Amino acid sequence: MLDGRGTIRHKAGLRLWLSALWLGLLVVLALGAPWIAPKDPLAQDLMLGRLPPFWVSGAEPGYWLGTDSLGRDVLSRILWGARLALTVALVAGTLTCLIGATLGLMAGFLRGASDLVISRLVDIWMAFPPVLFSILLVAVLGPGLFSIIAAIVLIDWTRFARVVRAEAMTQGAMDYVASARVAGRGRIGTMALEILPNVLPTIGVLLTLEMGIAVIVEAILSFVNLSISTDAPSWGGMIAEGRTSVHQAWWVLVFPLLALFLTVLSFSQLGEGLKDRFDPVLR
Amino acid sequence: MSYLSIRDLEVRLKGGGRLLRRVSLDVARGEVHGLVGESGAGKSMIGKAVLGTLPRSVEIVSGQILLDGTDLLAMHPAARRRLIGATCALIPQDPLTALNPAHRVGPQITDRLVDILRWPRAKAEARARELLAEVQIAEPERVMRCYPHELSGGMRQRILIASAFAAEPKLIVADEPTTALDVTVQKQILKLIQAMQERHGTALLFVTHDLGVVSKICQRLSVLYAGMVVEDTDVRTFFRAPQHPYSRALLAATPKYTDPTHSLTPVPEAVIATVRAEVAEADRRAGA
Amino acid sequence: MQLLQTIILRLITTAVTLFGVAVIVFVVIRIVPGNPIAMMLPPGATEADIARLSALYGLDKSIPEQFAIWAGGVLQGDFGTSITTRQPVLSLVLGRLPATLELAIMALVIAVVIGGVMALTGTRLRGTRSEGAIDVANGMALSIPDFLWGLILILAFGVMLPVFHISGRITPSLQLPFSTDFYLFESLVRLRFDLWADIVSHMFLPALALAIPLSAVIGQLLKQSLKETMHLDYVTLSRTKGYGENHVILHEALPNAILPTLTLIGVQFTFLIGGTVIIERLFSYEGLGNLAIDAVINRDLPLIQGIVILFAAIFTVVNLVVDLLYAALNPRLRHA
Repeated sequence: MLDGRGTIRHKAGLRLWLSALWLGLLVVLALGAPWIAPKDPLAQDLMLGRLPPFWVSGAEPGYWLGTDSLGRDVLSRILWGARLALTVALVAGTLTCLIGATLGLMAGFLRGASDLVISRLVDIWMAFPPVLFSILLVAVLGPGLFSIIAAIVLIDWTRFARVVRAEAMTQGAMDYVASARVAGRGRIGTMALEILPNVLPTIGVLLTLEMGIAVIVEAILSFVNLSISTDAPSWGGMIAEGRTSVHQAWWVLVFPLLALFLTVLSFSQLGEGLKDRFDPVLR
Repeated sequence: MSYLSIRDLEVRLKGGGRLLRRVSLDVARGEVHGLVGESGAGKSMIGKAVLGTLPRSVEIVSGQILLDGTDLLAMHPAARRRLIGATCALIPQDPLTALNPAHRVGPQITDRLVDILRWPRAKAEARARELLAEVQIAEPERVMRCYPHELSGGMRQRILIASAFAAEPKLIVADEPTTALDVTVQKQILKLIQAMQERHGTALLFVTHDLGVVSKICQRLSVLYAGMVVEDTDVRTFFRAPQHPYSRALLAATPKYTDPTHSLTPVPEAVIATVRAEVAEADRRAGA
Repeated sequence: MQLLQTIILRLITTAVTLFGVAVIVFVVIRIVPGNPIAMMLPPGATEADIARLSALYGLDKSIPEQFAIWAGGVLQGDFGTSITTRQPVLSLVLGRLPATLELAIMALVIAVVIGGVMALTGTRLRGTRSEGAIDVANGMALSIPDFLWGLILILAFGVMLPVFHISGRITPSLQLPFSTDFYLFESLVRLRFDLWADIVSHMFLPALALAIPLSAVIGQLLKQSLKETMHLDYVTLSRTKGYGENHVILHEALPNAILPTLTLIGVQFTFLIGGTVIIERLFSYEGLGNLAIDAVINRDLPLIQGIVILFAAIFTVVNLVVDLLYAALNPRLRHA
């Protein structure tokens, strides 16, 4: 490869591994947060407010990444916040995927009335500003983990439905589907056993990307103070606090932002990498 | 003294095999020179090398392309481009993709005159009208205001021919100009090119795989196989007594309207083996 | 005639979509557990007080009844009264709309400029290392959503290198001579470049945050279609006429490559408008999105409804405009 594409492809592989590495590390840190976190993430100590990170003069030993205005340990809150972020990514991502992909498959393969209703719903959904809609939903359902997940599922199912519908339509028109039907397989059977396996790589890529989106949505909701209870550790909540005191204590913003940035980037790079490797459709 | 003179032109795929193997040929002023060979023999590559439109994946390794005594390959690229624009032109293969769908036809004929040769716009437009009339397009005014998709394939090829002659070039490369057209239109277009060429006294490098066409309009021809010129002769000699076995086989393989059943002899294996051996020999000598 | 029919059909589907949006929002916000009336009264208000005020805002009736009253009002241009500010929703919303429109359009312009330059440079330098670098930068820009770009820009150009403002729309101490809410536009018209500079300095970072992901999308698609166009015969023909690479890309390839990009910009522009909600919050920019979040937090039902419907209307209008533009720019459709 002389045109430089070879090196890019090679770098893409590297990005894939780096992303997986960060996400793996994050999972370990999140699971181990109760043991790893040096302080109680909720413990306030106004005497220790806005301590800088360890390498800056004025730092207190034990508070590695400093404290926020209420004297809570930034590092510990980031570690506990990772639990929330990953839970939302995993649960909301999977549920969105299941519901959206099922509806998309139905619309794309069964066609008829189900397609009509689902496609119309997708159109209406596309006319909502998604961030506003999610804030609205969480406000309606009341803050809490359940609300965040429900809001993400309710808003993002269309992402899966649109792509899977289109793909199921293409697959449904292919010869192997016709021959399966001729061989006596029922419509639902064909959908589950013939179409689904062929759409699976696409769904996998979308799921990875969706997890990154879920992390961002959770951060945004915490940022506008609608996520879980206000002092529970969440990256978005920390960022909101850091934003207001950015001129006095930059570390309160920078560290959770860095964690969020790396996580979102990793999910999306992982998705793009998987797309290049396995998915003939989205590529 | 020939107008175009190609000397030992060697073209390779970047980091890959040879595409043109020390090709040499001469085209005199006002002469029509045919380039024949199978697809992939490198005949279009020669035209592209002359006009400077080789794909990026390909490079000229050695040799000279002399245009009226000036070595194009030794020139600064921008100067070469301007020289080509002023003295040469291309009649492309596919009229359907050779006119830009986003622009009207008129400016696509006059652009070279106005932008490169600095003609006043009115003069360029008058010239375009004159040329369109010359290629037998009724209502040149109206056609110039059309977008390409509003015109038929035959019309578009006429426009491209008119455009090629716009700047009174000394050399035109015609790259299989009739291949993409309907059989009925092919003949008219061929006649048109011939008539224009004679009237304007332009040298023509005519790329084709059709020996029938060559016999009608060319004075000389070069037969190519695998990027190598296997025979370079005048048309009369060629059709009477082709020297190279591959030329003979090619001639035998050309369909004749008088005897269609007899004519479709494939090039025999033995002949292919002979030329392949020659190519291998040439490569060996080039490597040595 | 064809065009007229298409427009009418599009207007009908638009109306259906907007109706659907209205119904969903209306129902969703009325399942709300907290009573908005109870929230606006001081603590210790009696049940009777709450009931009286509920009746005043029509919240004691059934949901279908409320919808009918509301829809009837909307058709007469009355979107109800905000519960928190007690001002008409329409004037509140229209007062904030210009700020959001200016922000979104500025972002769009930035995105088109960055994306266009990336695509054209990438095409000009194709096959080199620089092209690879542009591709990688594009991929990064695309992976990070506007919210994160906003935070990064705040840190970079608001804190570390404080060259831009990171809060608000204009410096509050300034005397404003404006008679409309289109500050950016009006400051230009009034030739008040001092005010204009101040407004731009406030708008630039939020607009850039919104623009970066879109610029990556534009850059990628435009480069892709330029690449396909560059192989076509008319490009080769133009080279033989004596034109250089720059002219060939800009004059021959670009007009043809731009059409697919245009439709995409339409869809993506609606995403960008949706993004203004959180970006305005992040930069404390007094636009529609910020108003919307306040309305949600205060459970100001009529205001929420009005804003969501307006957003949906903007989305559908943008899509309609893009379709018309597409038809107008494509000579094939124009003359067919």
